[in-house]
Amino acid sequence: MDTTIVRSAPPASAPPLDSASGGEFLTFRLGDEEYGVDILKVQEIRGYDTVTRIPDAPAFIKGVINLRGTIVPVVDLRMKLSVGRVAYDAFTVMIILNLGRRIVGVVVDSVSDVIALKPDQVRPAPEIGTVIDTRHIIGIGTIDERMLILLDIERLMLSADMQLVGQAA
Amino acid sequence: MGIDLARFHQTFFEESFEGLDAMESALLRLSPQTADREAINGIFRAAHSIKGGAATFGFNEVSAFTHLLETLLDEMRAGVRPVGGAEIDVLLRAVDVLRELLHAARDGGSADPAAVQQIGDALTRLLATPAADDGTPPRAAPSAAPPGTWRIRFVPQPQIFTSGNDPLRILRALSQLGELDVCCDTTRLPGLADADPERCYLAWELVLRSACDREAIAEVFAWVEDECELSIEPWRADGDACADTSASARRQAAEAQPLRLIEGGRTTDGAVAEPAARTAQRTESSSIRVATEKIDSLINLVGELVITEAMLQQLARTLDPVMHEKLLAGLALLDRNTRQIQEAVMATRMLPVDFVFSRFPRVVRDLAAKLGKQVRLQTVGEATELDKSVIECIADPLTHLVRNAIDHGIERPAERIAAGKDATGTIRLSAAHQGGHIVIEVADDGRGLDRTRIIAKARERGLAAAETMSDEEVWRLIFEPGFSTAETVTDVSGRGVGMDVVKKNVDALSGTIEVASTAGWGTRITIRLPLTLAILDGMSVRVGDEVFIIPLASVAESLQPSPGQIRSVAGCARVIKLRNEYVPLVSLREIYGVRTGAHDPAHGLVVVLESGGRRIAAVVDELVGQQQVVIKSIESNYRRVPGISGATILGDGRVALITDVAEILRIGSRAQAA
Repeated sequence: MDTTIVRSAPPASAPPLDSASGGEFLTFRLGDEEYGVDILKVQEIRGYDTVTRIPDAPAFIKGVINLRGTIVPVVDLRMKLSVGRVAYDAFTVMIILNLGRRIVGVVVDSVSDVIALKPDQVRPAPEIGTVIDTRHIIGIGTIDERMLILLDIERLMLSADMQLVGQAA
Repeated sequence: MGIDLARFHQTFFEESFEGLDAMESALLRLSPQTADREAINGIFRAAHSIKGGAATFGFNEVSAFTHLLETLLDEMRAGVRPVGGAEIDVLLRAVDVLRELLHAARDGGSADPAAVQQIGDALTRLLATPAADDGTPPRAAPSAAPPGTWRIRFVPQPQIFTSGNDPLRILRALSQLGELDVCCDTTRLPGLADADPERCYLAWELVLRSACDREAIAEVFAWVEDECELSIEPWRADGDACADTSASARRQAAEAQPLRLIEGGRTTDGAVAEPAARTAQRTESSSIRVATEKIDSLINLVGELVITEAMLQQLARTLDPVMHEKLLAGLALLDRNTRQIQEAVMATRMLPVDFVFSRFPRVVRDLAAKLGKQVRLQTVGEATELDKSVIECIADPLTHLVRNAIDHGIERPAERIAAGKDATGTIRLSAAHQGGHIVIEVADDGRGLDRTRIIAKARERGLAAAETMSDEEVWRLIFEPGFSTAETVTDVSGRGVGMDVVKKNVDALSGTIEVASTAGWGTRITIRLPLTLAILDGMSVRVGDEVFIIPLASVAESLQPSPGQIRSVAGCARVIKLRNEYVPLVSLREIYGVRTGAHDPAHGLVVVLESGGRRIAAVVDELVGQQQVVIKSIESNYRRVPGISGATILGDGRVALITDVAEILRIGSRAQAA
């Protein structure tokens, strides 16, 4: 429910953010935009390798890979969010996320760095129509001139929209 | 209570049920002629550990009941009571009651009090009848009477430990003197919260059978004389202390008072008297209980190791064998070791098929008695091992087949004699390895299946059946749904599921089932199963640029169709003519939405898939090969995929999907209907 708090807070004053808003984030680029996800959700970063296509899956689900014996689905976030150019080469990077009991890989343009944000550096997400549902954004992080879109990656990945989970779940 | 005992309950129940199974099978082997001491000892030990566990966890009903059972067994073990048919019967029924009591204790229900009461009474009655009333002097008589049965009551003072004395040491010393029966009185034991670990709350009632005199016994207690209440007196009664206290325990239970916990422990001069028992106990403790998940994760890791090793081997092929001789030798060694590890790890999941077979002597005995038939059960190949999960899934279908064989197969004794056969029918259960499969057979020498009646019945049920059908096709009819055993070949009512469910279960394990039968000579049902569910024999096929694995068990045949062989029905649906049959045709390319790779229908191959008696032909681009694959779940990180049952990892580390043949059949028939 942290996102609700963020959204309802007035943007001008420093909002009373809970600890979830601050913390360390892994930042990555999708096109010209910079995103961040909670570092604790990241299991590892690896290159893009052979993905086995799954029948009956939307285009942004690239397929499954063998992650040391576990079958892990891979989502191309660039396609899902319609940002960046979709190309697969030696520089394409995959972030392996550990979301509770599920492991999911996401393809991004490039991974930048890990930064620590204090709660006062995180602003609530503005109410604008974007491809990403504002419910899946924790807030906007600012460091100097950089602007980071902080994703609630667990919610985003497990949302029905992603089609990664069965109907029952 | 400070410690949560509940977490040990599961283990206790598992062990107890295993113990009961062991008791049951030992009892069934036991007959008045073959009352061997070791067998009775085995039964006694099982009963004893159930009692101990039940008392510890406070399942008082169970422990009180087991106590009666144990007392009777103890008399048999000591040789003071003959092992007769009546006793074995009561013991068997007692095992049933005990199983119910345990179920009730586990699930929080209550066992049928009438049955408990009835068997309890039967046991008590047996115990009340003087043992060895057949006139022959009981074997244990000399030790039960003087020259020396001593009854010792030993109540140490709570602070006995502070003087460096240990009651256990005293008990041990006593057991050196002769055969010692120990009953521990735990009434003084406070709740765990109030208990001081440095105080002794226990007291003991001991019965020592020994030729020694009072002085010798008193000497053992010499160091603690001042710190305990001690009475040593010669004992004349026939029963033992445990039986006495158990009777009082029962009385108290009947008066609905909180049951006094009496832990009946027993030490015997094992080194001399029971070397065999010792050995048995050692083998028991040489196995450990491991959670299946742990083994599964081990299997996964080994799968990884195998893939990594294959990758290294592939890389090594490019190396110059002269320059890298040592490295290559090392890799060859790694290859061998990896293979051995894989085999060893897979073997940990394997259990002997005896785990299922052992339940049948009882099933056969009970059902034969009920139906007034004489049946002998033969089991062959009990040591054959197969995967634990397969064993669990096969138990019910097998039970059904065995029941069927007794019910419908074996004739009544008079009928058999009239037919010139042995009055006792034989049911043969056998298991054997054949290739990567295990073959389990249930064969009887009964009357065999009745061809005409099956055909008549099938017609009645609206199934396609003709006189011209081959025997094999007729026998297959009994697996049709709706052809339930209740009204089939014989009029004796069947129980539970029909043969179609048996077939479904076997199919679910990707196994096959066959029937052979000769009128007047019997029926043989053969089940062929994969050794494990974690590994699958697969045929890898290429569709476009993708590789799919089809379970080999579902592949009936594969062929290159001639142009005229494929026809269309009503314009769109396609069928393929196979000999005299039209089989619906689907394209895996369409079902899986494959868009890559050149598609040349003229060069496609057709794989005929079979599941649940129905067939469908699937068009693929190429047959790549045949291999064993390790099955991985897709659903743990993703959702269910239509037409896909799982995934596997190929030798090069890529993922390949495994087709779900039953679902392809469903998709295919839907496409045909549309």
